[in-house]
Amino acid sequence: MSGSNPYGSAPTHHMLSVLVQNRPGVLARVASLFARRGYNIFSLAVAPTEQAEYSRITIVVDVESSPLEQIVKQLFKLIDVVRISELDPRKSVERELMVATIKASATERGEIVELVNIFEGRILSVGADAVTVSLDGSPEKLDDFTELLRQYGITESQRTGRVALPKLDTATKVTKALNTQGKAN
Amino acid sequence: MTSKQTKAGKLGEKITGAEALIRGLEMENVDVMFGLPGGCILPAYDPLLKSSIRHILVRHEQGAGHMAEGYAHVTGRPGVAMVTSGPAATNMVTPLCDAFMDSIPMVAITGQVSTSAIGTDAFQECDTVGITRSITKHNELVMSAEDLPMAIRQAFHIATTGRPGPVLIDVPKDVLQNTMSWNWPTDDEVADSLPGYKPNTKGHTRMIKEAAQLILRSERPVLYVGGGVLKARAADALRALAELTQIPVVTTLMARGAFPDDHPLCLGMPGMHGTATAVTAMQKSDLLIALGARFDDRVTGKVNGFAPEAKIIHVDIDPAEQGKVRKPDVPIVGDCRLVIEEMVKAIQELLQGGTSQADLNPWRSRVSGWQEQFPLMYEQSEPGGPLKPQYCLEKLRDAAPEGTILVSGVGQHQMWSSQYWRFNEPYTWVNSGGLGTMGFSVPAAIGAKVGRPDKTVWAIDGDGCFQMTAQELVTASIEKIPVKIGILNNSYLGMVRQWQEMFYDERYSEVYLSPDTPNYVKWAEAMGCVGIRVDDPSEVEAAIDKANSINDRPVVVDFRVDAREIVYPMIAPGTSNDAIMLPPSQSARKEFLK
Repeated sequence: MSGSNPYGSAPTHHMLSVLVQNRPGVLARVASLFARRGYNIFSLAVAPTEQAEYSRITIVVDVESSPLEQIVKQLFKLIDVVRISELDPRKSVERELMVATIKASATERGEIVELVNIFEGRILSVGADAVTVSLDGSPEKLDDFTELLRQYGITESQRTGRVALPKLDTATKVTKALNTQGKAN
Repeated sequence: MTSKQTKAGKLGEKITGAEALIRGLEMENVDVMFGLPGGCILPAYDPLLKSSIRHILVRHEQGAGHMAEGYAHVTGRPGVAMVTSGPAATNMVTPLCDAFMDSIPMVAITGQVSTSAIGTDAFQECDTVGITRSITKHNELVMSAEDLPMAIRQAFHIATTGRPGPVLIDVPKDVLQNTMSWNWPTDDEVADSLPGYKPNTKGHTRMIKEAAQLILRSERPVLYVGGGVLKARAADALRALAELTQIPVVTTLMARGAFPDDHPLCLGMPGMHGTATAVTAMQKSDLLIALGARFDDRVTGKVNGFAPEAKIIHVDIDPAEQGKVRKPDVPIVGDCRLVIEEMVKAIQELLQGGTSQADLNPWRSRVSGWQEQFPLMYEQSEPGGPLKPQYCLEKLRDAAPEGTILVSGVGQHQMWSSQYWRFNEPYTWVNSGGLGTMGFSVPAAIGAKVGRPDKTVWAIDGDGCFQMTAQELVTASIEKIPVKIGILNNSYLGMVRQWQEMFYDERYSEVYLSPDTPNYVKWAEAMGCVGIRVDDPSEVEAAIDKANSINDRPVVVDFRVDAREIVYPMIAPGTSNDAIMLPPSQSARKEFLK
């Protein structure tokens, strides 16, 4: 899991939004299926949904398009998997969160705070010679932010991997949006 | 098993988890289970004493798993195995994987250490659900006695619907000991509990129509029949389709018996050791109608050289099989029986509507030309010469009572069994296809005989296979399960020897066993069986007659066969099916396979 943008340089990445029953071991089932069938997970984010009995796993997968169909079908065979949506980056909204600790001498601190403000990030903690900042936004925005911080020295950074949902437009009814993207096999 | 008791008690009745487990199995109409008790599963063995379920005590847990598979193969009902935690659960891994590969409905129940001890490396603890995750259709660690009835209902539902497969329920000891109030979920409650599990059984109507049109248009069609046809109980529907269209049929290793071998349209088994006709018909075909078959590498050979001119209609209940190996022109997700029945109707409608079928006569005559030129064959021994394994099989086949079930292990003897037997009824052939599990046949034959006590059950085994699981014949003797085992004893790991002969310049490495150790007759007798040894072709028939006449105990016949015998035809691994190797006496006319 690196900070680079999987869409910018490598069009072989795909994003799956997998709705699963919120049961013990479900993440292990999904992860071991990917390992067993030889697919790489680029990033993965998992959390409960608005309904407590379901969780949503957002997986960025490193595959060509035809084997993606196979992994989606195999994934759907897991009993705990309820629905799989393959998210087209052009038709979805994505967010990612990063936290990073940046070297910051007393003179540099002002510049970093300004940068954080421009990106609408936050200062989480301040030390004698470093600050920890957070930023959420599109993965591309996080990439740009990271580049600009690099000159000061990034001591540590952590990104969550992306979470995403289908993009709505004014004509979209929610139920329809889910159905058209769901792989109802 | 002395006393019987009624199946279900009152809802809300306070009973132990162990009682709920056994009661749940009774509710699922389990009449027999295979198992071996131990520490963590002990509480479940107590209520078993007064249950209607027959328990067969195995000598090794792997045997329990294969017996459950054999039972499921011949009855179509889920086989049930129950064992304890740790090593017992790991001994169940091979049968679970075998059942997973061959889509066998099976429910395995394993004991687990108490919930408070989970994760502490307790005595006989292992991560059973973790270990079996990728080799079961589903598995579940049940953490509360209240949840047991639902877990059992889900397990049987999942194991037997859609593409069948093994399901494992892992039950901690305290869950078995705790008190719960008896409940039994309704069908709707089970369905609601599995929102992600809705197998599609009915094929897409438009796709079926499209398939019907393609079938009538094609000039060189072949019905490529796989194990899914047997799982779907679709043998009658298949026969109707074949006879309506007069399309020749190949039955894969998993589908032997799905279409009668003595039917004029049957071309036998395709694949690595298939008949030259079945292999070549697929290669030259313009339409393969794949029914419950999965384009296994043992059938396709080199995939990009497989049936290059054929369009593909692929019927399978598992959407993930569509396009996994070969992209279908007409994919149909559904139950083979339902889809084939609809296909027959669609074809009849087209014919009645004036569409005519392409003339298949040129194709049929080409195919029958191959059948005449390239029958399965082996060189008979001269008098006084060695005993041929194929000869033993022919004699066994000819003497077998109607409806005999044949079970095999894995290797040369398995291929000869599939080739030289005549399977004319479904569910008379039991073998380990996908996983290729040596040692499968003895326990699977026992399970098959338990499931179909009315039928004669013969297991054909290799000497290598037999030594892996022979101890289950003790189980068969004690439990009075009179199976018959024919060992084709060539004192080698024969198939490995064949590969070393053909592909490693006859450099035989670690394949020689021993013709005399163990002494199979004495071993059989020690296990309570009748042991018979056959050295010479002249003794074969009498030995088989004697074995067939014994029905009060298992019989083991040690056929001392020629170790040099090779399974022909053969397609070398990684090569195209066009490169089929024929028996030496036929290879001169290979040009005719055009």
